[in-house]
Amino acid sequence: MSPAALTPELTLTAGAVLGILLGSWLPRHRQWVVRLLAALACLVGLTATAAAIGGAPQLVFGGSYAVDTATNAGRVIVLAATLLTICLSIDTVGSHPRETEFYVLMLLAALGTIMLVGATDLLLLMAAYLLASIPLYALAGFAKDALGTEASLKYYLMGALLGVIMLTGITALYGAGRSTGYATLAQTLPSGPPAAVAVGLVAVLAGLLFKIGGVPAHFWVPDITEGASTPVAAFVTTVPKIGGLIATYRLVAEALPAAGVNWPLLVAMLATASMTLGNLAAFFQDTVRRLLAYSTISQVGYLLLAVTVATRSEIALPALLFYLAAYAVTNLGAFAVVAALPHAPNLADYRGLARRHPGLAAALVVCLLGLVGTPPTAVFLGKLEIFSAAIDGGYTWLAVVAVVNTVASLFYYLRWIAPALVAAPETDSEKVLAPAGRWPVLGAYTAAAASLALGVAGGVVLPLVSGPSLL
Amino acid sequence: MLSLIVFLPLAAAAVLAAVPASAGKRVFTGSWVVVSAVDLALVVAAWIGYAPGMGLAYEQRLPWIPSAGVSYHVGVDGLSLPLVAVTAVLFLACAVHSLRQTHRVKSFALLFLFLQTVSLGLFTALDLILFFVYFDLSIVGMYFVIARWGHGNARRSALTFFLYTFLGSLALLLGFIGLSLAAEPHTFDIVELARADPLAGSGARGALVLLAIGVGLAVKTPTVPFHTWLPPAHTDAPAAGSAILAGVLLKMGTYGFVRIAMPLLPAVWRQYAAVVVVLGVVSVLYGALVALAQEDFKRMVAYTSVNHMGYIVLAVGAAGLAAGSDEQARSLAVTGAVTQMISHGLLTGALFLLAGVLHDRAASYDMGSYSGLATTAPAFAGVTGLVVFASLGLPGFSGFIAEFQIFTGSLVSATIATALALLGILITAGLLLRALHRVFLGALRVPGSPGAAHDFTDLKPSETVSIMPLLALAIVIGVLPRFLLDVIEPSAATLIGVVSS
Repeated sequence: MSPAALTPELTLTAGAVLGILLGSWLPRHRQWVVRLLAALACLVGLTATAAAIGGAPQLVFGGSYAVDTATNAGRVIVLAATLLTICLSIDTVGSHPRETEFYVLMLLAALGTIMLVGATDLLLLMAAYLLASIPLYALAGFAKDALGTEASLKYYLMGALLGVIMLTGITALYGAGRSTGYATLAQTLPSGPPAAVAVGLVAVLAGLLFKIGGVPAHFWVPDITEGASTPVAAFVTTVPKIGGLIATYRLVAEALPAAGVNWPLLVAMLATASMTLGNLAAFFQDTVRRLLAYSTISQVGYLLLAVTVATRSEIALPALLFYLAAYAVTNLGAFAVVAALPHAPNLADYRGLARRHPGLAAALVVCLLGLVGTPPTAVFLGKLEIFSAAIDGGYTWLAVVAVVNTVASLFYYLRWIAPALVAAPETDSEKVLAPAGRWPVLGAYTAAAASLALGVAGGVVLPLVSGPSLL
Repeated sequence: MLSLIVFLPLAAAAVLAAVPASAGKRVFTGSWVVVSAVDLALVVAAWIGYAPGMGLAYEQRLPWIPSAGVSYHVGVDGLSLPLVAVTAVLFLACAVHSLRQTHRVKSFALLFLFLQTVSLGLFTALDLILFFVYFDLSIVGMYFVIARWGHGNARRSALTFFLYTFLGSLALLLGFIGLSLAAEPHTFDIVELARADPLAGSGARGALVLLAIGVGLAVKTPTVPFHTWLPPAHTDAPAAGSAILAGVLLKMGTYGFVRIAMPLLPAVWRQYAAVVVVLGVVSVLYGALVALAQEDFKRMVAYTSVNHMGYIVLAVGAAGLAAGSDEQARSLAVTGAVTQMISHGLLTGALFLLAGVLHDRAASYDMGSYSGLATTAPAFAGVTGLVVFASLGLPGFSGFIAEFQIFTGSLVSATIATALALLGILITAGLLLRALHRVFLGALRVPGSPGAAHDFTDLKPSETVSIMPLLALAIVIGVLPRFLLDVIEPSAATLIGVVSS
């Protein structure tokens, strides 16, 4: 194998190591150098990935890591999302005593997420899970305040518990299939003991569900989203999903295609539960962050549609990858608006936004309607693809459930849009709607524009995610 | 040419968006009127260049999302060209009507220009996804119109409107996906799908696809029992918003029947045409009866829309009934349906703008609190009277031509249903005349000033200039319908040919 195939991963590693070394020597007001380094690492990784797109799919690391269209797409989405999160966090952690640690942890989490995307071996999957989780536990409690610490502790306990369960599952699958490599498992599992395979699958899925924040492993999502700082919340609700979902897809499509377990039905139930419970819980939230938290839980449900029909529809993988990209920019855009208005935690505080900051209001409307899936935003195209895949794969009922949920979700997104449009009493909105700085605003504009561009220019992007894949 | 017509308002909106709101409202209303007028001129030019019977004209096709089978495909034929024209006319009328608008003029003008692009785009779209994009954006645009410029319980009405029609649009999307997946290779192109007829003889699957598409279109139309969003949305929207909602947006549903449901699913349509006929008749009667019970002028007009849309549903249903093999009659029904879309667009648009006059003067639509307005506002009374007579289908107006064709065309294949629907005309005639009587005759009474007679000013120039052309067009169509029917008839005959085979 050639190390060149892993340039993006190596760049992130180098960025993290260099960053921590550099940060130890830099005075506090010069730590922006590390931020620059982190951004640079992402950019180099993006360039390397762009160069690798379209190459022949290959397995590296003795067959435990795949470099194919799905991995490349995952890399691009994770790196771009990390870059956008760095933009959001500049005003929050600028000149913070531990600014260096913040960015290094973020790079490591991004690296772990990318490893999740490419892993084709259960043990590498477990290692990636840990690398993608542990930095985030620390980031969640970064501010050292009561809410953040509690959130961080809850996040850690859930992660540790489900990680152990996942490890148990890996053991069971290893016992049943005599291997941890997906390629071998695909051949051995169908003849393995069905009960062990089922237990192993459910346990491994438990860990991955924790990563993506899907029901029933979703309890940490609202606490983190409310307790951690906004950039961390944005990162945690967006980036790990990319890794977790592609990893789940790989697991079911590569290791279990013919296993006796009815995993499509299991995933379909999880999808239904995620979108329905997420939506129902979001209905009457009054703080924007909790609303976004439950909205991300419901989005996982739509994304799981593609996993359900992983082996039944050829368009499932492009649909998943495109939806992930669309979701990432749109969700980060909504969080960017929240980050730009730190003094407006409640829905009612957004009264008069359209009057005071028309640009931010426009970005908010684009992102929220984007999350609903209104054309011509990117999520619309993602939903079109994912619904098509579900119907194509014979899961029409699931597509109908998703449609009903989409309509229900509209209700709470509009509860946020509506106050932004009405005029506010002049006096207090001055202070409440004071923007934090120009970086989050820039992030919001970028994300909203990207969401629209990705939707309109979907014809250019879709072929990139439909390329040759090992799946 | 078509793309220019469609995107001119949006381009103008983009330019105007860069102008600061402090430039004064004249800049925005003025350019809005000019842009709408230019757009209408372009549509007229397109109409002149369209030879009846030439099928699809001004076609343009560019790849958009080739891997998903989506393309930017536009074109017009006899079914869509009249609707494009009526859209351009109504938007110009709204622009003129809003010349006196004072509340957030800039965003109002921008939003309407955006809505104009969306509406024109929908009627020219020949790709299902393109159609859907415009369909959804029209909902978004109208939501903002109602929520920001509406009155009464505007936010609630806007939310109901959005939730309801969005549910419909997603059902539509599922149906579109089902259609596209059935075709090999997968495509969303309307022309290709019509040629391939992918769901012929597919049994339950075809029925499900038609159900999804039918529900989506029925919500937008609206047909009983999917009409409940309509009255509050109409009542609380601003005058121009109601006019566009009734005149243009409702037509998106009925247009969908003749553009998508019938030609793309001909066999399934024939199979379930009886259901459509029944829904149509129920809408006709129910809409008329509920309208009869209304005290609120705007709400009454909203329910007459349910009634008028019911005629269209009846006609397209009757056109699919295999029982009557008389192709000419069924073609007549479709022609009547399209004519009714045009006629209803013009007349209801005018009625809602007139209702805006009521609200503008005395902030109330309650018919019980007005009386004798004909004495102080004779022009207003006269115009309203004419529009009401046109709307109830008196000969000499467009409504008569439309309804006559619908009934003649449907009678052969759906005799009992048509006979029942005729009762609807009687009821609407009664209720509209009663409304005229209550508001305009008798002693003068205007709400807002108990005791003394309130001053009720007659039509202002901008109101006259915006409403009169709509009425004039309705009369021209009523007296000289050939210029319109010549365009519609060949396309209607083609459509019936597709549905029959």
